[in-house]
Amino acid sequence: MTALLEVGGLTTRFPLPGGSVPIVDGIDFAVRRGEVLALVGESGCGKSMTALSVMRLVPKPGRITAGSVRLEGRELLELPVDEMRRVRGAGIAMIFQEPMTSLNPVTRVGDQVAEAIRLHEKVGRAAALDRCRVLFDQVGIPDAAARVHAYPHQLSGGIKQRVMIAMALSTRPKLLIADEPTTALDVTVQAQILRVLRDLQDELEMSILLITHDLGIVNELSDRVAVMYAGRIIETAPRPSLYSRPRHPYTQGLLRSMPALAPPGERLPEIPGVVPSPRDWPQGCRFATRCAHVFARCRAEVPGPALLGEEHLVHCHWAADAEASS
Amino acid sequence: MESHVVSNLVVAVLVAAGAGVVLAVRRSRMWSAAFASLWRRRRAALLVVGVYVVIALLDSVSWVGGTDGRTDAVSQHEARSVIDRVFGGRQERSYSAPFAEAEFYGSAPLRDPGGHWLGTDMIGRDVFYLTLKGARVALLIGGLTSLIAIPLALLFGVSAGYFGGRIDDIVFFVMSTLASMPGLLLLIALIMVMGKSTLAVCVALAVTGWVGFCRVSRGETLKLRELEYVSAARALGVSEMRIVLRHILPNLMHLVIITFVLMFSGLVLSEAILSWLGIGVDGSWGQMIDQARNELSRDPVVWWNISAAGAALFGLILAVNFVGDALRDVLDPRTVQEGE
Repeated sequence: MTALLEVGGLTTRFPLPGGSVPIVDGIDFAVRRGEVLALVGESGCGKSMTALSVMRLVPKPGRITAGSVRLEGRELLELPVDEMRRVRGAGIAMIFQEPMTSLNPVTRVGDQVAEAIRLHEKVGRAAALDRCRVLFDQVGIPDAAARVHAYPHQLSGGIKQRVMIAMALSTRPKLLIADEPTTALDVTVQAQILRVLRDLQDELEMSILLITHDLGIVNELSDRVAVMYAGRIIETAPRPSLYSRPRHPYTQGLLRSMPALAPPGERLPEIPGVVPSPRDWPQGCRFATRCAHVFARCRAEVPGPALLGEEHLVHCHWAADAEASS
Repeated sequence: MESHVVSNLVVAVLVAAGAGVVLAVRRSRMWSAAFASLWRRRRAALLVVGVYVVIALLDSVSWVGGTDGRTDAVSQHEARSVIDRVFGGRQERSYSAPFAEAEFYGSAPLRDPGGHWLGTDMIGRDVFYLTLKGARVALLIGGLTSLIAIPLALLFGVSAGYFGGRIDDIVFFVMSTLASMPGLLLLIALIMVMGKSTLAVCVALAVTGWVGFCRVSRGETLKLRELEYVSAARALGVSEMRIVLRHILPNLMHLVIITFVLMFSGLVLSEAILSWLGIGVDGSWGQMIDQARNELSRDPVVWWNISAAGAALFGLILAVNFVGDALRDVLDPRTVQEGE
């Protein structure tokens, strides 16, 4: 399997009073063809900013300061602006968290999808609308032919998110970045949207970079998982391996605090402490302030990647030492 | 090109544009629903505004030649409008009361006894006719000025709000500078510099009047720019220019329409104030009121002159404000969604 998207040493900095801070701090990951990679982390860990950095849509005053983003071997960070615009949509498409505000309220949804199609392909408006109808069918919008002419406020949240998916897929992207695609939806609708995403991913053979904080969704949809904490990726592993044998203390804590996995009748275990603010991130391992297994080296030295098990990369001194001594 | 030809062409364009707007409104479900609701709430006000518009349009269509029995002392080579031809009563020598048979002071017989429904003014012009002529001037001031001021405000406001940075700084500097000058003084200065023509007055009013809406459109753009459909469009590879045209401007339209209506009445009133200072537009109601001021101190009082102009002004402003208020209710996105 070859990698579709390779991200290496990607760093995105934001100026804050008292110096600029790397919100995304030298992260490496790859998305292979036809796989779903889940990027997991709690709010503010930099996972959305990672997605925006890949798209080169980092909001000002943030800036990508280092690293490389390669799509099929082509370096995106060095592309001229208008070529990058062609990559957006046709190469990488993105769907957002908030379906309620992701559609222009004064334009019919069909026209919005048709606009996206016509941006990247030379087709007439009628042909684009036909394609739109087919796409609406594909993403499971009931009564697709009529819904094409609807305004966003006439649609429910779930249908709107399906329209967003249709719009993102309309340009036949190779990679779909889904930034918390179901967070704003009801649980029942969440399941439907996830099924749509999984079916379409199989059908169109595209890759998905799924950004979420919901480990339940990760379990349902992803092939591999990358866990992010405070601007860095701390563990990357195939999903079964991560769920059966998490190595990093943070990942272990996350999985233990999942209601579905905890023993019933007991208080859910939690990870003590709070995420440090970017301004006082610790010197060595960023998790050192909350880790139960912390020792001197953790505070001094950033843990490098250690390969523990098949494709299971962990950035943790404790886990690496434990593996070495066993 | 002669001015009456230009005026006729403008009328043709306006009528065509009006028809186009009507067709567009009928095609869009949202706009036709908004209009239907407006019609239900403010039928009388809409009709009053319509009457003013029709009078103004009739006064704008003019041609040379042809005489009728009512007017005299008119050059054969002067273009006269429909209103001129229908209502241009005989010129008298001085004041006469409404429907009078004789002059107000001195009782000399009139040339057109009983023919002046609202009397005549100091130099014997028919007041009803002058009042009708004022409608065109009022709509011209309100319309032309808004047509200059609103696009200007949109251009600066949207680019400042959307692109931010240096552009925002410049626009904000210009706005603050204009806002810190006394408006009336600036108006007078501009009219003095440009000369006292209708266009000059409109430009001067536009230059001092665009700041308010510029601020509003800048603020609204700042809000819209952060919405996810703009991010989504960007993520699809839509260019910045297209985002502004397709996603920002259409979402500002309700504000544009409301601003237009509210600005309109304010502008007509401003012109009355300018006329009072002697720098207004010829033939406006403001000028009529200004000229009639002194007549209030005569004995017996000459009241019909100022009353006619005042009532016409009041009627238009009241009707437009009623429509504007209802329009705000109808087009406000928070109420429009409940209605559907």
